[in-house]
Amino acid sequence: MMDIRLYMLQRISALIMAPLTLGHIAVMIYAIQGGLSADEILGRTQGSVFWFLFYGSFVAAVSIHAAIGLRVIVSEWLGLRGMVLTVFGWAVFLVLLAMGAQAVLAVTQT
Amino acid sequence: MKATPDTLTVSVWRGAESGGSFESFEVPNFESQTILDIVAWIQQNSDPTLTYRYACRVGMCGSCAMMVNGVPRWTCRTHVQKVVQDNRVEIAPLRNLPVIKDLATDMDPFFDKWIAAEGLHHPTKSRHDPIEQINPESAARVEAASGIECINCSVCYAACDTVANNPDYLGPAALQRAWTVYNDSKDAGRQQVLDAVSGVGGCHNCHSQGSCAVHCPNDLNPMKAIAGLKRATATSFFRKGSRT
Ligand code: SF4
Ligand code: SF4
Ligand code: FES
Repeated sequence: MMDIRLYMLQRISALIMAPLTLGHIAVMIYAIQGGLSADEILGRTQGSVFWFLFYGSFVAAVSIHAAIGLRVIVSEWLGLRGMVLTVFGWAVFLVLLAMGAQAVLAVTQT
Repeated sequence: MKATPDTLTVSVWRGAESGGSFESFEVPNFESQTILDIVAWIQQNSDPTLTYRYACRVGMCGSCAMMVNGVPRWTCRTHVQKVVQDNRVEIAPLRNLPVIKDLATDMDPFFDKWIAAEGLHHPTKSRHDPIEQINPESAARVEAASGIECINCSVCYAACDTVANNPDYLGPAALQRAWTVYNDSKDAGRQQVLDAVSGVGGCHNCHSQGSCAVHCPNDLNPMKAIAGLKRATATSFFRKGSRT
């Protein structure tokens, strides 16, 4: 199920996610100081190339990482193999990517 | 002190791959006997048709492993007293392998995977070359030596849930042997080994939960060997990438 290619993709996506998660938490702690409002958040993210790239790469890494993980689980627990498994993996990846991209665009578009 | 009962109740799995069930036997409760002893006693005294496998009886050959109270063990070196519960013992064929009959499993898939993992010697020299001196303290030799005492008993293979859930997975013993071969400076197949353990059934499927290491009767640690393979394949992956 898990060949070297998928294994490396999952490790590398984890390496990308780790600092981004810490960055995300740090910004959340900073942002809620003195109350939280939608305007304040959107004021920071809208039109920002930095936040687009920050959350864009986060979403890409999460989609890859989670799709590979779920692929292993359904193959080991439900016995999915071959083409069905490939389709499942890609479907999870694309759904997560689409949902994430939608969210990133929603907060960064002007 | 509680008196020891004269007999033990032993549940033995009877049947073949197509199906079967447990059959109960009463055997003498001797003070010092192994699981293999009671299986032999049943075959010699109660039911001569009982099928099982053993050879050395001293923990060398790796042919006698069975599930004892649900746990994979080498039966020739498992004392009944150590595993008996309420005067009962349950003995079944090894998990994760097809059953031939009763307690004898077909170990072909186990050995086929050793070959598939390139867990075999790839010679560097011929008989005409002088014998190469190996420093037993060199780091690679220490790694190779750590897995060398494997007796191919398949206990780890039976203990591994990843084998149970993924029939392609090469399993702890085969991968550990691949790691031993990889670290053997007399072996010419290092890249062959890495390629063999990088496919869909390869070392990257291991979840590192260590059932193999817990149950190995020789206290080996296939999980650690597999971690070594993961590192070596990852390094080789980057090297290959930078060459293309
Ligand atoms: S550590 Fe790996 S090889 Fe060992 S039992 Fe777990 S999955 Fe199997
Ligand atoms: S690693 Fe241990 S449990 Fe596995 S086959 Fe070798 S001796 Fe048996
Ligand atoms: S009979 Fe040889 S290891 Fe048990």
